[in-house]
Amino acid sequence: MGLFDRMGTVVKAKMNKLVNRMEDPRETLDYSYEKQLEMLQNVKRGVADVTTSKKRLQLQRSKLQKSIDKLDSQAKDAIKADREDLARMALERKAALNTQVEDLDIQIAQLEKEQEKLVAAEKRLSTKVEMFRTRKETIKARYSSAEAQVKINESVSGIGEEMADVGMAIDRAENKTEEMQARASAIDELLESGTLDDLTSSGDDIDRELSKMHAQTGVDAELAKLKEEVKK
Amino acid sequence: MIIRIAEEGQYEVPGSLLDELNIIDNRIVDLVAKEKEEEYTTELSKLIGMIRSNGKKLDDSELKESDIIVPPDDLTLKEAREIFTGDGLIED
Repeated sequence: MGLFDRMGTVVKAKMNKLVNRMEDPRETLDYSYEKQLEMLQNVKRGVADVTTSKKRLQLQRSKLQKSIDKLDSQAKDAIKADREDLARMALERKAALNTQVEDLDIQIAQLEKEQEKLVAAEKRLSTKVEMFRTRKETIKARYSSAEAQVKINESVSGIGEEMADVGMAIDRAENKTEEMQARASAIDELLESGTLDDLTSSGDDIDRELSKMHAQTGVDAELAKLKEEVKK
Repeated sequence: MIIRIAEEGQYEVPGSLLDELNIIDNRIVDLVAKEKEEEYTTELSKLIGMIRSNGKKLDDSELKESDIIVPPDDLTLKEAREIFTGDGLIED
């Protein structure tokens, strides 16, 4: 089975859970409308959650930046005082924090994208819900006709699919924000405790060694540059 | 034929496109099985790009069911695998 088919099955299954077909189709319409309003609330909440997470990360980023600036001036002071060991320590910490900032930037951009997506989904769904509401009243007024039956089924299925899609988008956004929040908490703890070893625990030993080496080269270069500056 | 790109919206596309889309779909299935992430990402964006460029976006006020639903453009290989193994995109 292809990806389309699987995807279709997944959405249809989700849809059937959202669309409860009643014996009286008019009840189906009303029930569906209630569910739509609920889903609209959910997507609004989803947008708010993503926004909050993004703000938190942005706040963290500015905290990290402050620490970086401080370490920078500490390194300079250390060189002036002829304490290369201290300067090196400060620059090493700075390198670790810089990695975190880069990482945060990526995450902030991702959340930004999620936010835009959910805002668009909200707009789409609310247009459809409004459409459905108008159509619902028309169909109910002419309920006895067979044509109305067909229309009910079409409308309920059409909007059910949209709701299933929006529902999945919300769930995915939530999963992402949860992951990011967990990592954000870890950074908060590290910032508070001041221990900055092994901040990025992702990757295997070789990755870690390589990135340590890479950071080391950067630190050496920066140390040399600082010394030059101070000499002037 | 109506195709929904998940998390994006619905497109009206000519039915003649289906064969081409199916070829890519089969390739994607294969790449997911072989865990070839980079190629998988390329094929998925090719698939979605093809729908976007050949289709006409349905107005938001339309209440139609789609004939085909394709995954969102940022579906990871891991998520694709979950869709295939039956749990769906996200568990209930």
